[in-house]
This record gives sequence, C-alpha cells and structure tokens, in this order.
Amino acid sequence: MLTAILIMALGAIVLGAALGYASIKFKVEGNPLVEKIEAILPQTQCGQCGYPGCKPYAEAIAEGEADINKCPPGGMEGVRKLADLLGREVKPLDAEEKPKQLAIIDEQLCIGCTLCIQACPVDAIVGAAKQMHTVVESLCTGCELCVKPCPVECIRMEPIAEKIDNWKWKYPVFEIKPARRAA
Amino acid sequence: MLQRLFKFKGGVKPATNKAPSVQAPIRIAPIPPRLVVPLHQSIGGQPTPLVEVGDRVLKGQRIGAADKWVSAAVHAPTSGTVIAVEERVAAHPSGLPTLSVVIETDGQDAWIERHSFDHASLEPERVREILRDSGVVGLGGAVFPSHVKLTPAASVPMDELVINGAECEPFMTCDDLLMRERAEGIVRGVAIFRDLLRPKRVLIGIEDNKPEAVAAMQAAVEALGENFEVVAVPTRYPAGGAKQLIRVLTGKEVPASKRSPEMGVQCFNVATAYSAWRAIAFGEPVISRIVTLTGNVEQPGNWEILLGTPMQEVIALAGPKADTNRFVMGGPMMGFDLPDLSAPVVKATNCIIAGSPALFPPPAPEMPCIRCGACALACPHELQPFELYWFSRSRNFGKAQEYNLFDCIECGCCSYVCPSHIPLVQYFRFAKSEIWSRERDKNMADAAKARFEFRNERDEREKAEKAERLAKAAAAKAAEKKPAPAETPPAPAEAPAPQTVDAEAAKKAAIAAAMERARLQREAAQPKNTDGLTIAQRKEIAEIEKRRAPLQAQQQTTPNADAAQTQNSQKDQQ
Repeated sequence: MLTAILIMALGAIVLGAALGYASIKFKVEGNPLVEKIEAILPQTQCGQCGYPGCKPYAEAIAEGEADINKCPPGGMEGVRKLADLLGREVKPLDAEEKPKQLAIIDEQLCIGCTLCIQACPVDAIVGAAKQMHTVVESLCTGCELCVKPCPVECIRMEPIAEKIDNWKWKYPVFEIKPARRAA
Repeated sequence: MLQRLFKFKGGVKPATNKAPSVQAPIRIAPIPPRLVVPLHQSIGGQPTPLVEVGDRVLKGQRIGAADKWVSAAVHAPTSGTVIAVEERVAAHPSGLPTLSVVIETDGQDAWIERHSFDHASLEPERVREILRDSGVVGLGGAVFPSHVKLTPAASVPMDELVINGAECEPFMTCDDLLMRERAEGIVRGVAIFRDLLRPKRVLIGIEDNKPEAVAAMQAAVEALGENFEVVAVPTRYPAGGAKQLIRVLTGKEVPASKRSPEMGVQCFNVATAYSAWRAIAFGEPVISRIVTLTGNVEQPGNWEILLGTPMQEVIALAGPKADTNRFVMGGPMMGFDLPDLSAPVVKATNCIIAGSPALFPPPAPEMPCIRCGACALACPHELQPFELYWFSRSRNFGKAQEYNLFDCIECGCCSYVCPSHIPLVQYFRFAKSEIWSRERDKNMADAAKARFEFRNERDEREKAEKAERLAKAAAAKAAEKKPAPAETPPAPAEAPAPQTVDAEAAKKAAIAAAMERARLQREAAQPKNTDGLTIAQRKEIAEIEKRRAPLQAQQQTTPNADAAQTQNSQKDQQ
C-alpha cells in the first residue's frame, strides 16, 4: 500500500518537474496565432478597425475581443481567410469595400505644415516645414490617415488605375445568349 | 551522321494552314505616315526615352535606352520628327496604353551612321552590350533580351546550342520564309552565338513540313563551311516550344527549377540569329521584322514591316475580306484578339490572322468537365490540366501552384482537345496573373509592416531621447539655481553701449557668415534625385526654375538692403 503511494508520488514529482522545466525552457514568445492573423491583414495600418494598427487588431481578434469583419482594406477576401484560420463564421464586411487607393497631394495648395507627414504610418510622405510635401507612390498603402489632418484639404484619394504592369487576365465568363428559336 | 531524335510527350496536330502565305516572297511594306514605337517591347525593364517632342530622328537612332541589364534598347524605324512621347494603345490583350514615341516620317529613310563590328576581336562582354543596345531580343514571340541568354553558365559546360526554326504554330510562316530567303544571314548570326557560348554542337531544328527551308539552311551551312547540323524534326505542335525542341534534339529535359544553360543547352529563334548578325555585321539595330499576314485576306503573305506601324495599315496590305470580324496577333493556339487596331506592330508581332466566323467558328458552350483525361494526354509538360482547372476555377491558387501551374507554357493543347470545350488556358492565365498580383500585394504589405515598425521604434526612441534631454536640462537648472545667489551680482555699470553695439555687430557678422556658408553648401551639394527623370518631369522642373529665378534675385538683393537700413539706424542712434 505504502509503496504504491510512494511510487505514485514519485511519479507525480518527476513528471511535474519535467513539465515545469519544459514550460520554462520551451516557452513560446508571443502568441503564434497573432502572427498568423497579422499575415492575413493588409498592413495598411489605417486604424479603420478601431485599433491603432494591424497588430493590435490581430491581438484583439486572437483574444476574441474583436470581430473578423472590421478590416475594409482586407475586403471580403480577408474576412474569408480569417474565418478559415479561426474556424469562425464568414460575416459580411462591416463597411463598404473600396478599391485600392493612393493619396495624392495637390502640390500647388500644400502649405508645408508637416501634419500629414506626422500622420503617415509608413513614412510615405516626404517634405519639410514650409516646404511642399509629396507622396511616394510606391510606398503609399492608401490608409487615408493623411486626409483628415490636412488644414487646407489638399490631399485626395484616387483609386489605383489599371496599367499594363498590374493588368490581370479576367475570370473566364461567357455571355449567355438567348437560344435561337427553330424556324 | 544520322541524328537520333527524341520525343516529347503529348502535343497535338492541328491543321497547319501554312500554304497560302508561303506562295509569295517576303515583300517590303511601305513606310507609313506615322509610327508609334512603344518603349517597352521586351521582357525586363522599361527603356528610358532619349528623345523629346520636336527632335528629328534618323533611321536606326536609339530612342529608348536599356535601363538595366535585363532590358533592350529601342530605335527609330525610319527618319522623321518626334511629334509626341505619350501613352498610346499597346499590342497587348488588355488594350491599355503604354509609353510610346510617335514619329512623323519624312519618307527619306535616312540612316544614322552605321558601324560594323568584328565580334571575334571584341570582348564577349562588349558584344553582349552591342546586342543589348541594338535591341536584339527573342523574335519567336517571347521577346526575352538575347544578350542575357548569351552568358554561359559558369559551372556547366555548354554542350548544345539549339536554333529554333520549328515554327509549329498553324498559319505562321515568317520564320519559314526567312530561312528560305535569308539562310546565309541566319547561319552567320548563329556563328556569332556559337562564338559567344562555345557549345560542342550546334543543332538547327526545323519541322519536316518545311522541306524548302531545311534545304536552304543546309545549303547555307555548307556554303559557309560551318559544322552546324540542320535537323528536320517531326511536325507536332508545340515542337517549337524551347523546352520541347531541346527535348527532341538533345534528349535533355529541363526541369522546372532550372534554366536551360544549367543543363548545358541554350535555344534561340532563327529570326533572332538573323537580327543579331545585322546588328554586328552592319550596325543595324532591330527596327523591322517579318510578319505573316494570313487568314481571311485577299493576299496572304509575309511582309517586312517597320516596328511601330499601326495594325490597320498592316492589315490593309493584305486586304481583309468583307466578313472579317476579328484579328488575332500570334498564332491561333497562343495568340490573342487585338482589342484595338491602332496598336502598333512590335518585336513580338510574328503573325496577324484575320478571322471570320467561317474560319474561327464561335466557341461551343462550355460544358462540365467529365474527367476524361484527354488534356493530360495532350499536355507537352506532363501536367494535369483538369486538376489545374478545378483549382483555378475555384480560386484555390495555393493548390494550383502545388500542381505546378507555373510550368504551363499556355500552348493551348489542352483547350484544343477538350471534348467539353472548356477554355482551360484562359483559366490558367487568370490564375497566374491573380497569383502574381497577390505576390505583389504581399510584398507591399511586408514592406509597409517593416516601415510601420521602424517608424514606431523611431518615435519611441525620439520620445526617450527628449525625456532624457529634458531631465538633463532640469538637473542642470537645479544645479545652477543653487550656486547663483552665492555669486556676486552681475551688471557692471561701466560703458555698456559700445560693447553691446560691438556684440551685436559681431553677432550679425557671424549670422551673415553662417548664411554665406549655408548658401555655398547648398550650391555645392548636387541634387541627387534628378537622374532618370522623364522628359515631362524635366520640363516641369525647368518651368519651375524659371518662375523661381526672379524671386531668388529679389531675395538676394533684400538682405543687403536690410543690412544697409540697420547700419543707418545705428548711425542715427549714435
């Protein structure tokens, strides 16, 4: 009887020690789920989801605080991917889906206040105090964060035009014609 | 020696329809009143324009310079005046515009000064540069810059050089006619490639439905005393695909992960060899190409057409019949419908087919896939098109890539044999461009993330630095306050006025000196972002500078006036 208890107790101690050691030694830094969610998000850092950036939103989704349909730049496809990853239900997007856009500064109107430079989350606007500012097209994510701070309303958003470089073959669709009546 | 031939899997045998366009010899097309020369005519970077509106250009003058190694120059096809450098409709399935140089021709056809080169006495690197600056690209239709392919792999010895005269697409006969009429030039061009790559053997593969071309090439090889082997290969579409021809002639199979030089083989089109010879031996860049005009036309045939000639003028040469309803650029298997006939002939335009409902009946309605496997049997790359079709159709792109979607050469064999009339290739093209676009988006998102993180880090660092600075300043102030009362009170009363005037003058002089230094520095610093600007941008800058000039002059005079004023006021005070 006693030996049985001793053996069980010993086993419990050894296994407990092993588990305790493993939990310290092989501790996972950060939440791997957050990284997977963040990889799906479009990284525009626009804050339209109500969180200050894509990472905080990813963390909120992982915590179960936020819904998966709050990211307009990601679109319906982003929602579908998130639903796939998290095993949640696909929901319609909580906002209007817009085509990808680009911020353009009207350089004639710009007064050089640097407010947009401070607002840009990806440092895509160049300029200096009392000097004209401009957007580096290839870096702009179209987050619209620079539009509001501008005191002279010289920033507008324009959808990215289709060019030969970014043109895509369309999904094959065929016209349906009414069948010709015999005779 | 009898050449041993190999076979590639799959392939189809469509009706060749080549006979109508080989009856007449190659004819030279007249110079049109206007040429629209797109700058981006090859794979790789977009050449930068070298001419401005109003410039007079000569035939063969470079109008677009290669911007990097994988890129090729573009030249004026005839003499005339540049009337626009702007976006014009491109010969592209999208019908979207691309930056083009519009030349009003003067009919004189005056050449620029031409220099012939002796490639044997030049460094191989220099020869490749000449080819790049002559705009020599693969004229089989892929338009890959040839000089890039002429660099042998360092690790693998070059065994075979394959010259592609197979021309397997139905209707197309431009290479056939070129081999019949200009075989000597082709063989001399091949000799240049041979000298650059130093292969053990040179094989010229021609489909056996072109006996005249085979005979002409053989005669030319013998006449020039070369040891190239001219081989007739069985007619079977797509024998003219680079990988298929390499397989047939050498038995080597180029895996998806490798390029052919790593297997010791390289492949060029016959027209490319010919244009390389013209570039080296005569200093003539690629400014025209032979185009087959065929299909539903009165006079099918081959024409040597200046690059940039609008399609409608090209088509008028052959006289399309009344019931023509579409024009296809390229062959019927791989070509695309021209969305706009004002698009120009480019280096990739090998054939234009006029189509009518009788010639190309409208496609039968798409039926469900019955999994018969005919497409898999026909695929020359041994893919499983029916699987790829399922995945592309359901937008399951990851799975499509797993089934090697990117090995597909879009030859159209699967669509050709499909009993359900499924346009398989269109699905594959859709899937490929969708995957590319996603990759672009992913790269942009990664870059944006990195920049965002860097920005946050910088913000935090700056905040910390500021806090530290403030703390230091506060500490210093606290330290100052304590000993301050111990010191004797300042304000020595004697003679303050002259000292302050002196101090002020010294301060002003220091400021003036600093401003002068800053100005010199500004002038010395070369602006770094003015390289590679487009002509429009340069013009804009020139205009802005013009506007700024009077303002700057004003600024330079005003400080002096200010200084004079202050001096006067000082005098008044004294």
